[in-house]
Amino acid sequence: MKTAISIPTEGAMGKTGTWRVFHPVIDLNKCIKCWRCWIFCPDAAIDRNEHPVIDYDYCKGCGICSNVCPVNAIEMRREEK
Amino acid sequence: MVPNGGEIMAIKDLPMDEYILKGHAACPGCPATIALRITLKALGKKTILIVPACCSAVIQALHPHTAFNVPTLNIAFEASAAAASGVAAALKMLEKKDVLPVVWAGDGGSYDIGLQALSGALERGTDFIYICYNNQMYSNTGIQRSGATPYGAWTTTTWTGKKERQKELAEIVMAHHIPYVATATIAYPEDLYEKMKKAKEMKGPRYIEILSPCPPGWRFDMSKTVEMSKLAVETGAWVLYEVINGELKFTGYSKRILEGKERKPIEEWLKMQGRFRHLKPEDIEKIKQQLDEKWQHYKKIYGGKE
Ligand SMILES: Cc1ncc(C[n+]2csc(CCOP(=O)(O)OP(=O)(O)O)c2C)c(N)n1
Ligand code: SF4
Ligand code: SF4
Ligand code: SF4
Repeated sequence: MKTAISIPTEGAMGKTGTWRVFHPVIDLNKCIKCWRCWIFCPDAAIDRNEHPVIDYDYCKGCGICSNVCPVNAIEMRREEK
Repeated sequence: MVPNGGEIMAIKDLPMDEYILKGHAACPGCPATIALRITLKALGKKTILIVPACCSAVIQALHPHTAFNVPTLNIAFEASAAAASGVAAALKMLEKKDVLPVVWAGDGGSYDIGLQALSGALERGTDFIYICYNNQMYSNTGIQRSGATPYGAWTTTTWTGKKERQKELAEIVMAHHIPYVATATIAYPEDLYEKMKKAKEMKGPRYIEILSPCPPGWRFDMSKTVEMSKLAVETGAWVLYEVINGELKFTGYSKRILEGKERKPIEEWLKMQGRFRHLKPEDIEKIKQQLDEKWQHYKKIYGGKE
């Protein structure tokens, strides 16, 4: 039967990492694990492991994580083609 | 957590539970998705979202997939609070006491087209939470003015700047004598989380409004969403409070302003946004005057409390 029900799926809009122009890079030596980058990422693209880990398959490169990091541990670098 | 006072939790203590899945359709830097992530961390999986036409209907992405990992009812633009009343009635019949209907609507869907349904549901005492994520315009259809658009702001339907003042929906809601009304914004996730938790524990209609600065609509760089939200509070353009059974308490930085901390100059917030770029000095004066009046009003309410 055809229904109008949608199934929760990671990547419902595909691998949104392809939207990116800049990508965030975390300097783990600087990171104090405040988890601001994690809570403010609109794309839930920062995983909370031992330390923050960016999921580049889905990170859209908005730069919020870099902007909210209190110790400037996240640098935005241009994607190379 | 103890209401008003008690210890404030830290970001690291917020739950790891994630109900917004990676790979959704929001613009990069979207405030609505930050707000919804934090909201669902507080409300948990026994939530039924009711979403009218708005960005959040699109953010879910395309059928037959969705990025929202809680049951979600997408409904007509004007009908979300009416639909929530239906969902609440059904849950009551099924004796599912632990499931919470939650409207998640934009300001267009709340201040304007959904206001009648909202007022009706509040007056009927529907057992639900109504959340308005307020990005101060109709974003989804390409930035048109709403009743929440501030004076002076550019939108595609106010291209020389809006001539009217925004209305205060939370105050209209308060006039319905409901148990809980609160305002929040994304820059303060702990505050937002605590208010959601508090609302969750209560019964009857509860209303929470979240200021959500939108990069494409307000015309600022997508990395500055959180900064814009914080500055809105620090300049007094947005105020944080909660009203429990009619008693109003200011919270966070807004409370500190009432205790004597100076508001940052509103120009700091305005100049960061392209939607205010055309403002003349006399427009800015008018905005300042309106802001002063608003804070005089809050001062009166605050009185000698605490
Ligand atoms: C009755 C009706 N009128 C107009 C529309 C077109 N429409 C869809 S979403 C939208 C704007 C929603 O604005 P808002 O509620 O502020 O949410 P946002 O898009 O800002 O998230 C409009 C006008 C509609 N779907 N139904
Ligand atoms: S750049 Fe944006 S999307 Fe990417 S991890 Fe940082 S906050 Fe998330
Ligand atoms: S915001 Fe910065 S310091 Fe905090 S967890 Fe992220 S990288 Fe580490
Ligand atoms: S227009 Fe604004 S609120 Fe809508 S999805 Fe884009 S960033 Fe989010």
